[in-house]
Amino acid sequence: MLNSTLSALGAALAAKQVSAVELTGLFLARIRALDGKLNAFITVDEEHSLAQARVADERRSHGAAGPLTGIPVAHKDIYCTRGLRTTCGSRMLAAYTSPYDAHVIERFDAAGAIQLGKTNMDEFAMGSSNETSHFGPVRNPWDTARVPGGSSGGSAAAVAARMAPAATGTDTGGSIRQPAALSGVSGLKPTYGVVSRYGMIAFASSLDQGGPLAKSAADLALLMNTMAGFDARDSTSLERPAEDYGRELNLNLAGLRIGLPKEYFGDGLEPDVRACVREATRWFEGQGAKMIEITLPNTALAVPVYYVIAPAEASSNLSRFDGVRYGHRAGEYADLAEMYRRTRAEGFGTEVKRRILIGTYVLSHGYYDAYYLQAQRARRLIAKDFAEAFARCDLIMGPTSPTTAFALGAKADDPVQMYLNDIFTIPAPLAGLPGLSIPCGFDATGLPVGLQIMGDYFAEAKMLGAAHRYQQATDWHLRAAREAPL
Amino acid sequence: MSLTPDQLRRIALLARIEVSDAEQRGVTERLNAVLGLIDQLQAVDTRGIEPMSHPLDGRLPVRQRLRADEVTEADRREAYQKGAPAAEKGLYLVPKVIE
Amino acid sequence: MAWEIVVGIESHTQLLTRSKMFSGAANAFGAAPNTQASAVDIALPGTLPVANLAAIEHAIRFGLAVQGRISARSVFARKNYFYPDLPKGYQISQYEIPIVQGGTVRFFVDKAEKSIRLTRAHLEEDAGKSLHENFTDLSGIDLNRAGTPLLEIVTEPELRGAKEAVAYARALHALVVWIGICDGNMQEGSFRCDANVSVRKIGDEELGTRCEIKNLNSFRFMEQAIEFEARRQIEILQDGGSIEQQTRLYDADRNETRPMRSKEDAQDYRYFPDPDLLPLVITEADIERIGASMPELPEQKRKRYAEKFDLPAYDVSLLTESREKANYFEQSLAAGFAAVTPKLAANWLNGEIASKMNDENLAFAALPVSPEGFAKLLSRVQDGTISQKAAKDVLTEMWAGQRDPDSVIAAKGLKQISDSGAIEKIVDEVLAANAKQVEDYRAGKEKAFNSLVGQVMKRSQGKANPAQVNETMRRKLAG
Repeated sequence: MLNSTLSALGAALAAKQVSAVELTGLFLARIRALDGKLNAFITVDEEHSLAQARVADERRSHGAAGPLTGIPVAHKDIYCTRGLRTTCGSRMLAAYTSPYDAHVIERFDAAGAIQLGKTNMDEFAMGSSNETSHFGPVRNPWDTARVPGGSSGGSAAAVAARMAPAATGTDTGGSIRQPAALSGVSGLKPTYGVVSRYGMIAFASSLDQGGPLAKSAADLALLMNTMAGFDARDSTSLERPAEDYGRELNLNLAGLRIGLPKEYFGDGLEPDVRACVREATRWFEGQGAKMIEITLPNTALAVPVYYVIAPAEASSNLSRFDGVRYGHRAGEYADLAEMYRRTRAEGFGTEVKRRILIGTYVLSHGYYDAYYLQAQRARRLIAKDFAEAFARCDLIMGPTSPTTAFALGAKADDPVQMYLNDIFTIPAPLAGLPGLSIPCGFDATGLPVGLQIMGDYFAEAKMLGAAHRYQQATDWHLRAAREAPL
Repeated sequence: MSLTPDQLRRIALLARIEVSDAEQRGVTERLNAVLGLIDQLQAVDTRGIEPMSHPLDGRLPVRQRLRADEVTEADRREAYQKGAPAAEKGLYLVPKVIE
Repeated sequence: MAWEIVVGIESHTQLLTRSKMFSGAANAFGAAPNTQASAVDIALPGTLPVANLAAIEHAIRFGLAVQGRISARSVFARKNYFYPDLPKGYQISQYEIPIVQGGTVRFFVDKAEKSIRLTRAHLEEDAGKSLHENFTDLSGIDLNRAGTPLLEIVTEPELRGAKEAVAYARALHALVVWIGICDGNMQEGSFRCDANVSVRKIGDEELGTRCEIKNLNSFRFMEQAIEFEARRQIEILQDGGSIEQQTRLYDADRNETRPMRSKEDAQDYRYFPDPDLLPLVITEADIERIGASMPELPEQKRKRYAEKFDLPAYDVSLLTESREKANYFEQSLAAGFAAVTPKLAANWLNGEIASKMNDENLAFAALPVSPEGFAKLLSRVQDGTISQKAAKDVLTEMWAGQRDPDSVIAAKGLKQISDSGAIEKIVDEVLAANAKQVEDYRAGKEKAFNSLVGQVMKRSQGKANPAQVNETMRRKLAG
């Protein structure tokens, strides 16, 4: 059951082979057994989860169950939940309980899913290794001396270790896709505006998107059917007709045009990563897909553009954390000015403070034009690259990350090194495009490699279809993580 | 682009984050490293290109949706102030604000 | 050394909406602290803004009323600064592209018409309030006001002197109330002005360094504050010093302005387009629809009154101070008393009625005399039934609740004696009884005439029609 798909779990629940309470208990036990060494969860409240499970069983007995009723889902601790604290991985919110639920949480609750717990993350979603959390780093279930990726590292690790059959994450520069790749699971960042940001604590507003992590593309489709949809409380939420994200799972690959950007296969790639990804693309070719070499010439610009725009927006979004109305307040201060300074110095970790300072700088008088406006113009160049590419191909594929999981602490001293690792995942959010990562093999030391699939706006169903076909023919996504054997 | 101590002081003030004297050098070094990265943007020719503040700006026509003018929020003061650092008689308390 | 005082006014008008600019919390004044502050207003983590349709429509109404350009596409921007009454640590406002650009406001200063250009009007949200009274070292923050929709209206620095600045502010105040976008209640903070004041020697082309006086919420304080500030600046310059650009507050108790923020704290608001909001797009159809639903504008009414009723511009400007007054005027003309001329009605409304309302601090909506009653009263004056003086007494009775002027006239016996025969009789009697006065008058002493007239009035208990008495008296004395 720990390795079952969501639809298999749904079927078992429907057939009364297992109750929601039993299923939830199974995963809670797994968390108890493994999370001590993985630290994927910040908050687990067994009684809270089991109470929800009882309600789900009740619903099922009245015939009011849907595909996710009774299914436990772990939520990145960036989603506001009334019943569990929401920390965003930060000391600033270490004791914060939100008085309202995020829209995404409301959707899962309405579907009858069980809140399994709140997963660990890089503080305020700023990081690609889950090492900046106030609650300690998350460890990769494939090798606990290594990072799981970030910022949704806790969610990725939870799914990889089968502590949760599904999890939610958020992706701003790759924070769903990269941890999915490094932890050997599947993760999707939808088109900007498809998943509501209401109640999803903001990092960079024009880039953030919520999305699912699970063991397979089919599971991701099921989760998207619940997560996605218009929310009037989010002005950037798109009003579109409802869609079934699983409608193209049996995609016909013959004639599918797959673009391979030459910039994604350059020198920075670890050889094993290159090999696994090439193998995967060759499989698609074998199924009749047409491989087209394309160029995304402004790819190298993406990292500096991102590291102007994201910190700029974050510096403003995080101004509300001032110790006045909620969250941490410094213990000692002589006046208001000191209260602000100390509260924020104490409440935020180093990486967050660094990004706030950068963001403040690039927006400040005299620098706004040269940095912020310049970055927003260059952003359009990057979007244009994709527009031109998608005129010639249906999907774009390449590695999700240039490397497999690196050692804890290996890049912590060099923020720029860390930033450069995001090179393949950063471009999609800049253009608002969807991106998906699925496992496509392992390197020589047995660490997972991720294949990234990108599509044009609203092409999620097609992307999931290509992924599903691949997963029907391979079993990378079914392997149990070494440090979390089944 | 290298930050002077004065510039660091200024942005720390704008951001209301205390950077102690001991931290100054380390923080400046790290920030300069990031600035080195983003300075690459200066070389890009963006003449004639409009800034893009919304990701779907280029491809889809999106405009602000307007909310009907109705009161939809009830008084939830107690719930909202439950975790407040300091609140009394319904007010949030802070050190005296001097104008 | 002649100095010119240059003023620009920024007015913050709270828009009349049920809910806030970006949240669905109520927008009413006077609620218990923080009972009208939603999760969005408190800036709880994860909350997002959604713009209020009515606020946008009000801004468009304003743009139409001042003949400004309504931007087809405008952008919300974040103005970043830290203050306890600013929950997000930024105010959502508009920076580079406001919803209204340009526009003109016309008004009178001492019977001379002046026209002021507006730079822009933009939408933004109000901040909360800091309360200091009940606490010693603390301030209490009330966020009920946080998020209230504001329209900030900015003039070019074309106002000259305090008087003119206040006249503009009054005219703008009347206009925003007229078109129904603001309730104009200054005690409640619905209409607040900042005055940018600088001085220069007359003839100088360059503007002097200005200081901004913030949060003036009464016209009287505005005038005093600007005058003080101008004097302060002139004194400094006369002493050879220079003006430091500052933000200042007016202290009404001491009648002085003082600096608000220290130099070190010079603000850098780091404006950038708010990524949580999309561009505001307004179509021609939107503008037409809103334009069609607007009342006749003051400008249009003034033009119509001047042409149709042949009234002087100044009188017309007074009549159109508010929609209620203009409606009252029109209704009194339409009440069916042919004798009531526009000029007569205008004189009374701008004179007697206006001064009574001023004494009692009444608004036109609360006027106790109906337009029909008022018109009837005026017609009794016009047709000679009562004298002007008597009419004032009748008005007082009507003000106190008496509905029909005829009943009051009858009850108080105020009917004038206008019968020429009766008047002739009284005049003859007085002339006969005052031979010496007659002689004095014929000898050239004009004062004697007044005394004789006075006696006629006395004999008739003040009821003789004064005009007729005068005419009859002159005639008889001459002959």
